[in-house]
Amino acid sequence: MELASLPRAAELVHAGTRNPRWHPGAAPALHSEIFAASSDGGGMGALLALAGAALRQRERGRVEERALLWVQDKAAIRLSGRPYPPGLPQALRHRVIHVAADSAKDALFALEEGLRCRDLACVIGEIAGNPKEMSFTASRRLTLAAERHDVPLFVLRHDARLDLGSARMRWQVRSAPSVPPLWDRGAPGHPSWHAELFRARGHAPGEWTLRDDGHALGAERIAAPDHGDLVPDADARSLETG
Amino acid sequence: MAIWCRTLTLDRWRQAEGCTPGTGADAAPLVLTIDTAHGPRIEAVNAAALAEGAAPGMMLADARTLCPRLDLRPADPAGDLAFLERLALWAQCWGPWSALDAPDGVLVDVSAVAHLFGGEARLLADVTERCAARGLTVRVAIAPTAGAAWALAHHGPERAILAPEHDPLARLADLPVAALRLDPDVLLVLRRLGLKRIGDLVRVESGAGDRAGGRDALRRRFRTRHAASANPLIRLDQLIGHVPEPLLPVTMPEVPLVQRRLMEPIRHRDLLDTVMADLAADMERLLEGWGEGARRLDLAMWRVDGEVLTRRLDLAAATRDAAHICRLFAAKLDDIDAGFGIEMVRLTASWAQSLPLGQADLEAAAEEHGTSLAACIDRLSVRLGAGAVRRPVLHPSHIPERSLRWQPPLEPEPLHQEELRFHARPAKLLDKAEAISVLYASPDGYPRRFRWRGEVHEVARVEGPERIAPEWWRERGNARLRDYYRVEDGEGRRYWIYRSGLPDDGRGGMPDWFLQGLCG
Repeated sequence: MELASLPRAAELVHAGTRNPRWHPGAAPALHSEIFAASSDGGGMGALLALAGAALRQRERGRVEERALLWVQDKAAIRLSGRPYPPGLPQALRHRVIHVAADSAKDALFALEEGLRCRDLACVIGEIAGNPKEMSFTASRRLTLAAERHDVPLFVLRHDARLDLGSARMRWQVRSAPSVPPLWDRGAPGHPSWHAELFRARGHAPGEWTLRDDGHALGAERIAAPDHGDLVPDADARSLETG
Repeated sequence: MAIWCRTLTLDRWRQAEGCTPGTGADAAPLVLTIDTAHGPRIEAVNAAALAEGAAPGMMLADARTLCPRLDLRPADPAGDLAFLERLALWAQCWGPWSALDAPDGVLVDVSAVAHLFGGEARLLADVTERCAARGLTVRVAIAPTAGAAWALAHHGPERAILAPEHDPLARLADLPVAALRLDPDVLLVLRRLGLKRIGDLVRVESGAGDRAGGRDALRRRFRTRHAASANPLIRLDQLIGHVPEPLLPVTMPEVPLVQRRLMEPIRHRDLLDTVMADLAADMERLLEGWGEGARRLDLAMWRVDGEVLTRRLDLAAATRDAAHICRLFAAKLDDIDAGFGIEMVRLTASWAQSLPLGQADLEAAAEEHGTSLAACIDRLSVRLGAGAVRRPVLHPSHIPERSLRWQPPLEPEPLHQEELRFHARPAKLLDKAEAISVLYASPDGYPRRFRWRGEVHEVARVEGPERIAPEWWRERGNARLRDYYRVEDGEGRRYWIYRSGLPDDGRGGMPDWFLQGLCG
């Protein structure tokens, strides 16, 4: 381990200097995991917003459009359906390559193969529940593959317990009441999501209300009472050295 | 140039027997027959049998009454066709391309090549001579159009030549109408009309003499016949070259094939992997030489005990990368039962596409470890099945579940109209819309509350209805329209639900409600 990467004494005293709060302009993590209920489309929406922001940041100045691999296991397809291009964000609509995997094991294989491919812009995975293949080792493999080949990975976990995982950012997302539109006050407006970043490498945990207007990701921090540096929940900790 | 093998079936039989005409087994009356639903029918007869009264097309029983000592052998139509294909390829020694003229002829394009043989007459003599050397009795003719050459070969004088400066109708006027390659029922009609020769038909068709009304009658008679072989007027135009007649040339497809015969039968997987690697390397070298890449590969393994095991591999894009091919086949070889051993392995590229040599990326390739998109899709479809990796493309339909088609990922996207921007659509669509129970103030009004998967959702905001009418041109008449609503419940979850039908549309009872999509 390099000496420079170790925390200095001053940083240990003030956690905030080393672990700044996450903000929408921050460099996107290569492996993000999003936990949401399967009956709530908000998890998907927040994932697409985060993925869209990451792609906008990474593809600035790039001319060609690269494809996007979307892997779903069978249970995820049954619970939440398949992607429907007319409803996807404009930038992602024509780039989807869909993989319907029978089991979580096949889905993990497809995710890893996708990460190894240099022609993909990003990889999206949907896995329902906590299958035993989706272990800490499996998620560590995905993280390593994503970082080695520099392909961002977003995994949506439907109805899953917060198990151990090595994702660089782990969010828990649910829908939030939308902003009423300007003209028809009774209609659903621009979607917004309540997102809790409960584990992240390099960022302090926090809660935000996310919004996406198609051009930029907006985040509004929900102030939580500060209890100082208490030990966070054990089940939300990852085993790796942060 | 048309080559007509007059006695192809008999010639082939003689070749198989190894006898010359009139000697050996051919000296006695002999017929070649095929089995039909009404008993054996004569396909070909030799000279002796013809003299006794047997004729092609006769039933065998009829011929036997004329000549009881008739000898009988089975004919081989499939073999004849295969022979004809080889003959068509062989006939390309007289011209750049040739076409089959089933069942017993070949057409060769000899435009501007006759001078290589010393003129057209010498060319025809050469053809006759070389075919006779192969034991084939042929009639040949040269004409500016395929139809005229065919007519002259079948019904004209021996080795007829129709030069471009001749008037084809004048030269062909004496030939029977059968020379127009017509169906038997059309020939019957023409015979009943009294049109026996091409000249008669031409006179009527041109409206010469006292038959001015005949032309319209003839045109009316064959107005609905669009097939060339059923319409003598089209055939006549093809004969003189007024109407084009496309021919399908015969080409010899060469399938890239590599194989290994093994000294000792192999029974173990690691040995098979070694052989596979060798074969893939051979295939790569072969395809590279041709400038091609494989889209489909067939691997066949011959076992000692007479079994043949085959494995097929479909590739998303043309490739000739040996390591990639090996890796994909490795997943397919897991369930191979070698039995007493495999003694021969063969790899064929049954579908190859052009793949020119490309310049490798000197710097980036060394650094980037990743695979290409095509290789990634190949690996996924080998492991998950071919139908698992697909790409959604839009299809012209208003019904949401029909407006999407799934196609292989690397195929080009079909043209479609840009979707309308003011339609809000959900990000996810359920495979099958799920029935929900809805509480509403009035049956055709907004939903107030609904229950889906055992959970009650209070509708806080709603937008709609967006009415999508059934597609009357493909659905049954009692299909109901759909009123789509975008709803948001108290917690901000958004859904796309619809009411199937209206309460008073007379197409069933009270309308049902369905949830079809989840909005992001």
